[in-house]
Amino acid sequence: MTANSVSTNEAITARRREPVSNATLLTCISIGIFLTMYIVAIITLKGGFTKPQQVFDILNNNAHLIIIACALTIVMINGSIDISVAGVVALVSMVSVMFLKGRLWPAEGMSDGVRVALAACIAVGIGLMFGLVQGTLIAYLDIQPFIVTLAGMFFARGMITIVSAEPLQLTVSNEPGILTIVQHRIEMMFLGSPNKKGVIIPARMEVGVIAALLVVVIIAVILRKTRLGRHFYAVGGNRQSALTLGINVKRTRFQAHLISSLLAGIAGFVFMMHNVSGNATNATAGEMDAIASSIIGGTLLSGGVGNVIGTFFGVMILATIKLIVVASGLREPWWQTITTGAMLCFFILLQSVVLSRRGHKMKLPPWLKLTKG
Amino acid sequence: MGEILLTMRGICKSFPGVKALNNVDFTLRAGEIHALMGENGAGKSTLIKVLTGVYPKDTGEISVEGQPIAIHSPQDAQKNGIATVYQEITLCPNLTVAENMFIGRNENLVVDWGKMVKRSDELLKNLGIPARPKQQLGSCSIAVQQMVAIARAVDMNCKVLILDEPTSSLDDKEVEMLFSLMRDLKSRGVGIIFVTHFLEQVYAVSDRITVLRNGELVGEYVVEELPQVELVAKMMGKELEGLSDLDKNRGKSSAAGESLYEAENLSSSEAKPFDFQIAKGEVNGFTGLLGSGRSESVRAIFAADKVTGGKVRMKGKQLNINTPYQAMKAGIGYLPEDRKRDGIIADLSVRENIILALQVMKGFFHPMSKAQMSGFADEYIRALEIKTASQDTPVGSLSGGNQQKVILARWLLTHPEYLILDEPTRGIDVGTKTEIQRLVLKLAEEGMSITFISSEIEEMLRTCSRLIVMRDRKIVGELKGEELTQSNVMRTIAGGGKENA
Ligand SMILES: Nc1ncnc2c1ncn2[C@@H]1O[C@H](COP(=O)(O)OP(=O)(O)OP(=O)(O)O)[C@@H](O)[C@H]1O
Ligand SMILES: [Mg+2]
Repeated sequence: MTANSVSTNEAITARRREPVSNATLLTCISIGIFLTMYIVAIITLKGGFTKPQQVFDILNNNAHLIIIACALTIVMINGSIDISVAGVVALVSMVSVMFLKGRLWPAEGMSDGVRVALAACIAVGIGLMFGLVQGTLIAYLDIQPFIVTLAGMFFARGMITIVSAEPLQLTVSNEPGILTIVQHRIEMMFLGSPNKKGVIIPARMEVGVIAALLVVVIIAVILRKTRLGRHFYAVGGNRQSALTLGINVKRTRFQAHLISSLLAGIAGFVFMMHNVSGNATNATAGEMDAIASSIIGGTLLSGGVGNVIGTFFGVMILATIKLIVVASGLREPWWQTITTGAMLCFFILLQSVVLSRRGHKMKLPPWLKLTKG
Repeated sequence: MGEILLTMRGICKSFPGVKALNNVDFTLRAGEIHALMGENGAGKSTLIKVLTGVYPKDTGEISVEGQPIAIHSPQDAQKNGIATVYQEITLCPNLTVAENMFIGRNENLVVDWGKMVKRSDELLKNLGIPARPKQQLGSCSIAVQQMVAIARAVDMNCKVLILDEPTSSLDDKEVEMLFSLMRDLKSRGVGIIFVTHFLEQVYAVSDRITVLRNGELVGEYVVEELPQVELVAKMMGKELEGLSDLDKNRGKSSAAGESLYEAENLSSSEAKPFDFQIAKGEVNGFTGLLGSGRSESVRAIFAADKVTGGKVRMKGKQLNINTPYQAMKAGIGYLPEDRKRDGIIADLSVRENIILALQVMKGFFHPMSKAQMSGFADEYIRALEIKTASQDTPVGSLSGGNQQKVILARWLLTHPEYLILDEPTRGIDVGTKTEIQRLVLKLAEEGMSITFISSEIEEMLRTCSRLIVMRDRKIVGELKGEELTQSNVMRTIAGGGKENA
C-alpha cells in the first residue's frame, strides 16, 4: 500500500450508498413507534381501536394541531420558536364565529357559502397580520423570538375577550346553512364498520383534515425542494455561516415567522370548523403540544434538523397515547398530561442515545453508523 | 501584470476597545496572487470581512474595476464577483456537501437536487476532494470541509478570490493541489488575495505582498524585491533574532531521563492499538500525512476518544485513564487540534478561558481569588503576547491566532508533567511560532515531557528528539538522533517501509 491508496479508497466509497442521516433516522423511529403503539392498542384494548373510524377521529380532533405543529417545525428548523400559534388559533376561531353569526357586520343578502369563504379570508388575514408584526420584530429588529411570540400569545388571548366577553357557538337553530357547510364530512363506505345492529356506518372525515394533510405535503415539498426551505435549514444550522454563504438571513427568518403565523391562521379556521365555537380558552397550551409533537417527530430545538412528516407522526403519537390512557381506565385528565410528559422525556432520551451511539460507533448494525467524522 | 481590479482606500474599522484597521489601502490587480501578511491580530481577517460585507466599515472606499461600490452584505460581495473562503470554516454542518457548494448563489426557486449533486460530484472529482456530494458536511474532517469551501469559491466564476489561511489544515499534497488551482485561476485573470502565515507558501505562489501591522498599512511590495528576512522584520516591526540559535538547542532534550509515560497496545474508538513511551524531559512527535492517525493516537493517550483497550503506566505505576479528567489528574495536558470544537469557549472572557483547566483540576469547590486569577492571566497574556483589549474580552472576538494562544496558555498554566500539543502553531505568526518552539524546549529542560504534532516537518525537526512516523493509522517507523533529517522523514512517510502490506 502506498500513501496514495488512501485517497483511492475514499474515491471508491463515493459510490457506496449514503448511510441514513440522523434526521431521517429520527423520523423513522417515530413512525415505527406510532405503528407499534397502535398495533399494541388494537391487540390489547380492542374497542374502538379495531375500527378505521378511530384513526379518522384522531385526525378530526387534531387537524388544527397538525397544522400548528408544522408551523413550529418550520420555525424550529430555522432556529427560532413561536409560542403564539395557539393564541392565534383561538383568536381566529372566535373572530370567524362572530363573523359567521353576523356580529362583526350584518351580512344580509350574502349566501352562506360566500360568508364561509369570507370568514376563511379573514382567518388567513389575521394570521398574516401576526406574521408580519412578529416577523419584523424578530428578523429585522433582532428581538428574541421567545419574547416576541410570548407577547403575541398574550395579545391574541387578550384580544379574544375584547372581541367578545362571552363564549359564542354556532347553533343549528340560528345558523343551519353555515353549519352544514363547515361541518361537512366526507364519508367513506369502504372503510365503514358495522354498528350494533349490523348496519354499516361509513368512516367520516372532516374537511379540515384534508386541509391539514395538504399543509403537511406542501410544507414537506417546500422544505425539501425549494430554495426557501433549504435556506431555513441553513440559517438554523449556523446563522453566521448562512450569512457568509450569501443567504439573506433576515429575510429568511422573517419568512419563517410569516409562514408560521399564516399556518396558525389556517389552523384557527380548521379548529372553528371542528368546534364551531369561539372561546378564550380554546386550544389552551396548543403551542406546547405542537412543540412536543415536533420534537417527538425528530425536530431538534437547536435548529437545522427536522421534517414535517415526522411532525405529523408526532401529533399522531401524542393523540394516540392520550386515547390509550383513557381507554385503559385512567380517566382523570392529569393522567394524559403526565403520560405526555413521560413520552416526551422518553423520546428525547431515545434520540440522544441513538445519536450518541452512532457518533461513538459502538455496537450498532453498519447501516446505522455515521461515516467517519 | 493586469489592470487594477480592486482598490480599497482609507479603510478604518473599530471594535469596542480596538482599532482593528486604521486608514488601510489595498490594491489588487487582475491575474495576480496578492499575499496579505501580518502578525496575529494585525487586521487581515478584518480587512477581508470589510471587503465582503460581513462587517460594515467605519470609513473608506471600495471600488471594483474603477467603479465605487457599496457592499453591505456577503450577497453584495458575491454579486460583485468576490468569492471568499474564510479563516474559520463558514459552512453549514447540517447540510450536505453538495448544498454547501451551491446554496446562496442565485439558485432557482426550486432546487434541482439531481443537477446539483451531479455538478458537485464533477467538481469534487476534478479537485480530488475525498467527499461525497450527499454526505453531511458535519461528518467530513476539517481539511475536507475547508476544501469544500474552496471548491465552492472556485466554482463561482469570480473576479476576486479571497483565501484567508486556507492552507492551515491541509497537508503538503493538498497544498500543492490548491496552488496549482490558484495558478490556473490566475492565468484566467482572477485576482487572488491570499492570507497565510507560511512564508515559504507566500514565496511559492505570490506576486505581491501587502503587510499590515497593528491595523496599519506597512506597505506593498513585489515579492522578488522583498527577501524573507525583511518581510518578517516588516511584519514584526523588529528584526527576527535568528532561528539558528534554536537549532543549537536541538538534541539537548534527547538526554532522556527515566520513563514517564508508557502505553502498551493502547487503542481507542478511533485509533488502532499502538505502543508508545516518553521519558521525563523528552520532546517527541507524531508525524505523517493528514489522516494518518497521528491526532487520533494522542487523543487516545488523553482519552479524548473512547479508550477501548491497552495498558497505561505513569512513572511505572499502572493507571486507568478513561476520561480526559482522569488524564488531567494523572498530569497530562492536551491542546486539541480543532480548537473551535474542542477548545475555545467563545463567550467566556480571555481570563476565564485561561483559568479553566486549572480550575477543573482544583475542583470547583476551591475557588481562586479574583486577584490570583487575573495574576495568572496577565502573566500568560504577556508571555505569549496575546493581543487582546483586556482580560475581560470574550475570546470569540480575538483573532484566530490569538485564540490559539489562549488555549496554549490554559494548558501551560496547569504545569502538567506530560503535555500533548496537537498543531500548537497553526495559524500563528512566525515571531510567536519561534517563541512557542523556544518555550517547548525550555519546558522540556525543566523536566516536562512533551509530545508535539505539526504539519511542518521543519518545526518538528527543530523541537523533537524523536519522531514517530505514522501511515494508514499504523506506526511505520521511528527516527532519532542522526536519522532526523527532512529527507529521512519524507521517505518514511512515503513508505520506503520495511513491512509488507
Ligand atoms: N468581532 C470582533 N469584535 C471585537 N474585536 C474584534 C472582532 N474581530 C476582530 N477583532 C479584533 O480586531 C483585531 C484584528 O483581528 P483580525 O482577526 O483581523 O486579525 P488577523 O490579522 O486576522 O489575525 P490572525 O492571523 O490571528 O488571524 C484583533 O485585535 C481582534 O481582537
Ligand atoms: Mg485572521
